[in-house]
Amino acid sequence: MKLLDCPGIGKRPISEFDYVGAVRIPPSDADEATWADYVFNRDNAPGVMRERWYHRPTGRWFILERNTLTDEVVGLVDPADVRYKEPNYEVPA
Amino acid sequence: MKYRLDPQPLEWIDRRESVSFRFEGQSFSGFSGDSLSSALLASGQKLLGRSFKYHRPRGVLSMANHDVNALFQSDEATNIRGDVTPVSEGLDLRACNVNGSLANDKDSYIGLLSRFLPVGFYYKAFHKPKKYFPFWEKIIREKAGLGEISTDWSATRQPKQYGFCDVLVIGAGASGMSAALTAADAGADVVLVDENPHIGGSLDYQLANVKEAAAVRADLKTRVRSHAHIRLLEGHYAAGWYTDHYVPLVGADGIVKMRAEQVIMATGVMEQPSVFRNNDLPGVMLASAAQRLITRYAVKPGQRAVVLTGNDEGYRAALDLLEAGIEVAAVIDLEWLDKRGPWAEQVKAKNIPILEQSAIYEAKGKDALTGVVVGEFDGRGCDSGLTRKFACDLLLMSVGWAPASQMLYQSGCKLGYDKKAHQILPRALSNGQHACGRLNGAFTLEQRLADGERAAKDAVAQLNGESVNMDLTLHRDSVAHSHDWPIIRHPKGKNFLDIDEDLQLKDLINAAKEGFDNIELMKRFSTNGMGPSQGKHSNMNGIRVLAEITGKSIDETGSTTARPMFHPVPVSAMAGRRFRPERLTPMHQWHLDNGVQLMEAGQWMRPEYYLPVSEAGASDAAGAGQIDQRQQAILQEVQAVRSGLGLIDVSTLGKIEVMGPDAARLLDVVYTMTMSTIKIGMTRYALAVDDSGVIIDDGIVGRIAEDRFYVTATTSHAAAAFRTLSLKIQELGLNVRLANLTGSMAAMNLAGPASRKLLSGLTDVDLSEANFPYLGMREGTLCGYPVRLIRVGFVGELGYEIHLPAAGAMEVWETLMREGQSAGIRPFGVEAQRILRLEKGHIIVGQDTDGLTNPFEANMSWAVPLKSKPWFTGKPSLALLKARCQRKLIGFRLPQGFNGQLPKECHLIIENGEIAGRITSIAYSPSLGRTIGLAMVDLPLADGATELKVRVDGGAMVSIEPCPTPFYDADGARQTADLTEVA
Repeated sequence: MKLLDCPGIGKRPISEFDYVGAVRIPPSDADEATWADYVFNRDNAPGVMRERWYHRPTGRWFILERNTLTDEVVGLVDPADVRYKEPNYEVPA
Repeated sequence: MKYRLDPQPLEWIDRRESVSFRFEGQSFSGFSGDSLSSALLASGQKLLGRSFKYHRPRGVLSMANHDVNALFQSDEATNIRGDVTPVSEGLDLRACNVNGSLANDKDSYIGLLSRFLPVGFYYKAFHKPKKYFPFWEKIIREKAGLGEISTDWSATRQPKQYGFCDVLVIGAGASGMSAALTAADAGADVVLVDENPHIGGSLDYQLANVKEAAAVRADLKTRVRSHAHIRLLEGHYAAGWYTDHYVPLVGADGIVKMRAEQVIMATGVMEQPSVFRNNDLPGVMLASAAQRLITRYAVKPGQRAVVLTGNDEGYRAALDLLEAGIEVAAVIDLEWLDKRGPWAEQVKAKNIPILEQSAIYEAKGKDALTGVVVGEFDGRGCDSGLTRKFACDLLLMSVGWAPASQMLYQSGCKLGYDKKAHQILPRALSNGQHACGRLNGAFTLEQRLADGERAAKDAVAQLNGESVNMDLTLHRDSVAHSHDWPIIRHPKGKNFLDIDEDLQLKDLINAAKEGFDNIELMKRFSTNGMGPSQGKHSNMNGIRVLAEITGKSIDETGSTTARPMFHPVPVSAMAGRRFRPERLTPMHQWHLDNGVQLMEAGQWMRPEYYLPVSEAGASDAAGAGQIDQRQQAILQEVQAVRSGLGLIDVSTLGKIEVMGPDAARLLDVVYTMTMSTIKIGMTRYALAVDDSGVIIDDGIVGRIAEDRFYVTATTSHAAAAFRTLSLKIQELGLNVRLANLTGSMAAMNLAGPASRKLLSGLTDVDLSEANFPYLGMREGTLCGYPVRLIRVGFVGELGYEIHLPAAGAMEVWETLMREGQSAGIRPFGVEAQRILRLEKGHIIVGQDTDGLTNPFEANMSWAVPLKSKPWFTGKPSLALLKARCQRKLIGFRLPQGFNGQLPKECHLIIENGEIAGRITSIAYSPSLGRTIGLAMVDLPLADGATELKVRVDGGAMVSIEPCPTPFYDADGARQTADLTEVA
């Protein structure tokens, strides 16, 4: 079992964490194709990614910058840096 | 025990304790500490098994857990490895792969047919015509495989242990012990593991008679055993390397999962056989096998020996044989004697004939070795014209080594072929990985000790965050200990390259000719290295053969990567102890005392239904009666709720308090319906979908104050609901705090026409319809405890969900049960609740919906305010899906008094021979007196059909009749009206 060297709480077994993938922001005023792309497609290109992780025992979300090619943790990201406001989606008539 | 030697100084056997066992119907005896093979050999039983394919006689090869032709079978277990499994009193063993008896195997004729069974025979012969394949498959399956599994087994569970250390040293030979001591002296917390029951490694069997080694051995062992920083695990093998140095150490009592910071591989080398005709006869063995037999078990491997060698170690083995009183007829050296060291000189001084530049052309014998034919050898081939014969019953092969590098490969280390050493050696090690000893090409005792020290210093430096990368090659030997081509062609074949799978030299050559000339392809086509020993004694020669055929170098040819496990691991060890934490509600003890039948719901144990205590006591009776009892109890519970009163424990619901200025905004984002407009003291149904519009959860949201909400979620989704809410807080940067009250709050649902009347006498909350309407939420006290009451209608009757701190739950529950007696109160379980909600046509998320169901398909467009709400998770998807609904959840019923085969959940609805839907819920409704259910049906069928066909178990078709929902009390009068008078 892998360990995640979490900059917040140190090395913990990976099984304590949930991983939801890269930080993504829902597009506003999206047409059908753009929205479908947001929902179903992931870039998944190897390299440094900002990812959302959840540590179940403490109930904490955090954003990790990690090199997915080398599996090296670069550091924590301030959630304020990737904050967004919920879009206003008008249903087309 | 005529082959037992006088006591050996390092022997493992305890001669005071004799052990008797049976093998192939005969009685044998050995000593405590013997392996099965050594005890059999001590009694002169050289034939230990039959080969996999040709049923050829086989004996000892390695005595190192690679002897996969000496697999035994008892009544309880199969594939017992004779070379390493200790004897125990009363064992009754048979050989594994025989038809008839070991001595007289009826399948040994197959060897005569070998010429008609070329490599790839099965792939080619039986696949056409297709219709005959089942016939052939049956025969092949009968012939293939090893041993028989007893189905009369009992579950054994071995607890797992979790270990942690700074430095894990795998292998307790000279270099491993040296490494462990060096690291431990530097203050590291060291675990030293060895697969053998005793430490020492080759220091004990190969250098047993070397005088200079004695003092080193004693010193190393004493210090290792007494060092405060070394934990020693004998009899455990490292089964594989997993990321971040997680290494399962498997022993007789189970697995220790070791997490190390640094791993030092001192796993040594595995001796490799020479390939020549009849190299598989009992009596032909690796030199190290003979040394193990002599030193560990004091067993004489034969009377008259020939030693085939390509290195110094062969001469050492010859000397060891002489020490044990075995006659050495000749030493056959693949090269010139002047390449050898002092051991060769000692052999020469004893006037043992040494034949230089020679090889074994073939071995002779029927069921055991009787002699060898030796020919001149030019490094590639053997001259059949210039041969000499030697009579012997023992032939030792000492032609080279393959590294036990499996775990180095697994951890991503780079290895390559060293042309000087003729051995594959580590080139670049990954982080935290170290290799030393013979595995790393250090062969003399001095080199091994120094190499262990070097590796340990490196490990300690890395532990301290320093990088002291000392040269890996520092202590490697300059002399080769392996021959690069110990392989002799023979026109008649039977020169085995892989004795697990009975692969001859020509099989590999033919595989390459057929185009499988890549190492991975060749392995799979020929099955080289795919037997139980996983190529431990065949992979290296396979690579050499393929390199020769293709004209490529060994490095270009490459090596297959052995996946974990290193040795087979018993399933009982891997399964470990059943560890499933259970969550119990505060009323659990009451349930137990009152005839509950429990069921698992995620981590929770929930009441499924209750048998009245007197009935529960007698419920151990007949099985059929039990089913009736179950059904009857559930129906009675349903009726109690419909006609009087029922009480269900719903403490497992997710319960989350949402507080803060942005609380309403958060809930508006997470749930489809608008939560910011809920009035204080009211609740609203809460439906959650994901980004793609698929239903993931439902519950209710109640408003306590402007900035304070109480949210419930389904039992199975409670943790996920909390997770989603907290994620959105972070994503949007909201000023909201969450409190997960799932465990600290208990909840129960008091349902039935008499619920208001009962409750009104116990609480200070005004329950009148005007003050506490349907879907209202009130705070107050009940039996003196602070409670939240929610008027819900899930089961379709007047009902109150009572939420309160867990500490008061039992008292409230007991009070309700006591005071409700006059109204005929019954506790009801999950099963009754399912029927009650089905009668109302309510869906259960995850049962009536699947991973693709959207709210439109579940007839919940009323819960999707696309126009009035600017945003919620999944809104754009739902806006797109609205017009593209492909299927729909419908209600259906069966005729009253239906007595055919009942459809079940997930049975398919068939229309014109095609799948057109499936049943998601089905149950007998006592209120309607017939079976009802929900089904997800394709459109447009879902809208128009008056009859649907369901295919039930066994293939029969059953008609169901679509009908509107709710099935019961369609206008919902019962859950809102004051029915106390009616009841």
